Amino acid sequence: MQSPKLLVQGVSKSFCQGRQALEILRSIDLEVATGEFIALIGPSGCGKSTLFNLIAGLEQPDSGLLAIDGDVEHQRTGKAGYMPQQPLLLPWRTIEENVLLGLDVRHVPRQRAREQARELLQRFGLADFAEQYPATLSGGMRQRVALLRTVLFHPHFLLLDEPFGALDALTRLSCQMWLLDLWQQVAASVLFITHDVREAILLADRIYILSARPARVLRVAEVELERPRSAAQLAEAPALRLEQELMALLLKEQTV
Amino acid sequence: MKLRWLANYGPAFVLALALAAIWEVAAQANLNLAQSLPSPSAVVQAFVLNWVAIYDNTIPTLMETVLGLLIATVLGLLLAIVLDLSFWTRRAIYPWLIISQTIPIVALAPLMLIWFGFTITPKIVVVMLYCFFPIAVATADGLASAEPDLLKLLKSMGASRWQTLWLVRLPGALPSFFSGLRIAATYSVTGAIAGEFVGAEHGLGIYMLTATNSHALPVVFAAIVMTALLSLALFGLVNVMEHLTLPWYHASRADLLPGRQPRH
Repeated sequence: MQSPKLLVQGVSKSFCQGRQALEILRSIDLEVATGEFIALIGPSGCGKSTLFNLIAGLEQPDSGLLAIDGDVEHQRTGKAGYMPQQPLLLPWRTIEENVLLGLDVRHVPRQRAREQARELLQRFGLADFAEQYPATLSGGMRQRVALLRTVLFHPHFLLLDEPFGALDALTRLSCQMWLLDLWQQVAASVLFITHDVREAILLADRIYILSARPARVLRVAEVELERPRSAAQLAEAPALRLEQELMALLLKEQTV
Repeated sequence: MKLRWLANYGPAFVLALALAAIWEVAAQANLNLAQSLPSPSAVVQAFVLNWVAIYDNTIPTLMETVLGLLIATVLGLLLAIVLDLSFWTRRAIYPWLIISQTIPIVALAPLMLIWFGFTITPKIVVVMLYCFFPIAVATADGLASAEPDLLKLLKSMGASRWQTLWLVRLPGALPSFFSGLRIAATYSVTGAIAGEFVGAEHGLGIYMLTATNSHALPVVFAAIVMTALLSLALFGLVNVMEHLTLPWYHASRADLLPGRQPRH
């Protein structure tokens, strides 16, 4: 049997805060199969970003097991395309140069990196901006560029931490559809953090719902909507039922 | 473009002209004053009459300044990177950097003369001592101000410490570096003059000193004007270099700078 893209088994993590230990994650189990789009929802401050840091190899768990492509032993940094909440484009690099940042880290020759970045920008409708600096772009465009940077660094496994959280509703919807298109074209496995239940339903194959801190997996919900998805599906009965159900679950967890 | 230039520099120019006019009238009216404070026209006259001598003495001063500034830039950058290497290097070096600036550099100049003789070297060292500090401190601050999330992103890509420095932190510190370099450039000519005051064969500093000793006050002022022009030229050169190196920085900030007139 092929090993899953990501396997998280019984992962726990605590931080020291002053003299007392603060438990963030309690025995998390999670799995992302190859090509799957998984969403992760939880109340704010529940430790979703900590889980991401663990998966991206920026921190190590106290206990439990993390494996990308079934590899438990080696370092996880560089094995996933990690996209933080802010686009974090480098203002001194053009859009094209920002997209190929990950290839610079890998010492890919500039000419080849440039070609790949150009091809990707072309394919996803951003070629016109290739030579511009990030300062001239709108918020939605910057997020798209950041996503392409993530994809070019690691096209097979994307860790997206609330990428569209700061965008207005309309821009967000257009970015979501764009992401779905991208996901299908590059056949990536995606783990997507969000606050937004509707966003999770629109995008994901499966949704993991986390509890308030310390975070446990409360529920795993299958999203049985046909693909390719459209915003209209959110207004149909199955999506609405799921939305109500998940909202109720999350509201109970919201402490404030 | 031309209008903008006029709007930027016109007011200062008009003010200078007005002050010079008042000075001129006062000096013409009162001859006693003219003996201790030469009128602008006398200074201009001295400048023209002594142009060859002033020019001959400007060249060595300029050499000392530029060489000292170059060495200070390299040294300042290296120091900034070393400061930034770890918590401990910063703790060990930073206090000494500050203490080095409490020493009156002018007092060191005679020592330099003893150590290095009547050559160009002691002047270069004095310029360097004046200039490395603003460059080192500004660049170190720039390096320290890198966005933590950006560093996290680079780490997630598996970037090494040097890659992070080269790809993210150094380019991000360049605007700060240029701020430091601008300050250093304005100090640098003063440093060269101070170095020459102690003892030199050529240079604007020693030229001024000789002119003062022979009570040729207009000539002293003419040399001071030349010094100021030199400083302004270096300052301008740094600005031009910054614009060429950081086109993105000015493009993204053009509308944010305070005190700039709206474009309507």
